[in-house]
Amino acid sequence: MTHSSKPKTERFAEEAINQLGWFGAHKFLLLRRLTQVAVFSLFAIGPALGLWLLKGNLSSSILLDTVPLSDPLVTLQVLASGHLPEASLLIGALVIALTYAIVGGRVFCSWVCPVNIITDTASWIRRKFKLPRINALPKNLRYYMLALVLLLPMVTGVTVWEWMNPVPIVYRAALFGAGSGLWVLAMILLLDTFVAERAWCSHLCPTGAMFSLIGKVSPIKVSATNAKDCNNCMDCFTVCPERQVLKPVLRKGATELTINDSDCTLCGRCIDVCAPRVFEYKNRFNTQNSKRIPLKVESN
Amino acid sequence: MSNSNRNPSKINGINRRQFLAQTAKTGCVVGMVGMGLTTVATQSKHLDPQAIRPPGALNEDDFLSACVRCGLCVEACPYDTLKLARWFEGAATGTPYFTARDVPCEMCDDIPCVKACPSGSLDHSLTDINDSKMGIAVLIDEKNCLNFKGLRCDVCYRVCPLIDEAITLEMQRNHKSGHHAMFLPTVHADACTGCGKCEHACVTEQAVIKVLPAEIALGKTAEHDTYQNTEATTLEMLNKGLSL
Ligand code: SF4
Ligand code: SF4
Ligand code: SF4
Ligand code: SF4
Ligand code: SF4
Repeated sequence: MTHSSKPKTERFAEEAINQLGWFGAHKFLLLRRLTQVAVFSLFAIGPALGLWLLKGNLSSSILLDTVPLSDPLVTLQVLASGHLPEASLLIGALVIALTYAIVGGRVFCSWVCPVNIITDTASWIRRKFKLPRINALPKNLRYYMLALVLLLPMVTGVTVWEWMNPVPIVYRAALFGAGSGLWVLAMILLLDTFVAERAWCSHLCPTGAMFSLIGKVSPIKVSATNAKDCNNCMDCFTVCPERQVLKPVLRKGATELTINDSDCTLCGRCIDVCAPRVFEYKNRFNTQNSKRIPLKVESN
Repeated sequence: MSNSNRNPSKINGINRRQFLAQTAKTGCVVGMVGMGLTTVATQSKHLDPQAIRPPGALNEDDFLSACVRCGLCVEACPYDTLKLARWFEGAATGTPYFTARDVPCEMCDDIPCVKACPSGSLDHSLTDINDSKMGIAVLIDEKNCLNFKGLRCDVCYRVCPLIDEAITLEMQRNHKSGHHAMFLPTVHADACTGCGKCEHACVTEQAVIKVLPAEIALGKTAEHDTYQNTEATTLEMLNKGLSL
């Protein structure tokens, strides 16, 4: 039982690529990039072509001039600063919160947020150049960041975080020509590449923390349905931005199939890179009754 | 080793030392981020006198707490007047402003920018654009104003949407020539909307008349000053037979 030290393949996810083809082993990555670009395009064709499907940016927007959509975190900051906004901002925040409560909170992170492309790139660079993995930051730091971001407006009366918030910066830069904030993104790229692995998205970002909390109630999860076929290649651990969520379903003696940790970004990369197809997207109420038969607990 | 409580100091699978180290680290990062952010935020809170807020904007402090920097006002403006501020620029990053000298506000009747604002940082109770106070025009450099030189430029006066209300021409004897009149553009702060059309149109290379945020342009009499409305007070005193 000591062969799990990855002797089979040299290159990352090679087996999955061999079995499923390059596209098969990058399916959800490509789909995600497509949605990220699609969402951005919906915003961008307005100013560019005068076709106004979505106005505004990720902080607050309006769909087809009727449905308001707003970032719940920025809305909470406004409330915390003591300002009662117009109803449309509140309704917009509710619409977004409900949507992600249904489809999965951090679906925003891996399928919409533009910063995700940058942090995934940093992670890719790390993999290519085999940079050492350091987990220097505590995982729950982001929840303290979230608390801080909501506390500062109470103290200062100003939505302080919005000076820095990298999530809308990309959109502001591209849609409104306000490109000078992009240095924040450069910092994140450097931080993630050279300082600590996945430092931004999985340790610091308060928006991600917010969506993680919203996603706690979501029915949609990734499930290790075929966990019995797992051959311990560890590719999923390599690629997962929130590695800790995989442990409960893959460790020996695990009784749960579903990844219930709401930190999972539902990016589907574990599904992509796994040759034995251990993972799939699942409605968690479907898998609840098919509780896993525990594998024999190793005694050492 | 099968004893279940062999390690009493374990909290959530980490031991006490790790826990304390993590907490300290968390505290440091959070504290530093908080301090850094507050510094940046309060520094760039200072008003840029050339950055004028859209119509209906709350006072600067309230505006900064309300505006979510969505740019909906910018996209609603049919004249491309408004812009979102960038980092290292005058106004707080991401918030809307305009530079009157480049593109002034055209004072739309239906005020689309205000209607579009989801946060209410542009006050929805502003329904008549003539009541807006984006700033106050100030004739800042008399020396270079052509009208002060005795010419009849009058451009600022004529472009003003509130001509003869917000801006008037006050006739004055020209002491230089001795027998000509000067028509001095005079802004009336209570009527001026701060649209900036005068600044935009001013014919000199650098505008002689400029729109400034009200906080900068306006003085303020002390609360206890009873002579606020001088004309009325004077009349009252005369009527009461008091000596002036
Ligand atoms: S954690 Fe934050 S920056 Fe990262 S993808 Fe999610 S929202 Fe975007
Ligand atoms: S009133 Fe009209 S021109 Fe002026 S800022 Fe608003 S939308 Fe633009
Ligand atoms: S629409 Fe309102 S909240 Fe949005 S950027 Fe303009 S002023 Fe700010
Ligand atoms: S800013 Fe100038 S043009 Fe506009 S209302 Fe005031 S005086 Fe008139
Ligand atoms: S347009 Fe300029 S130069 Fe001409 S009268 Fe007005 S302020 Fe003076």
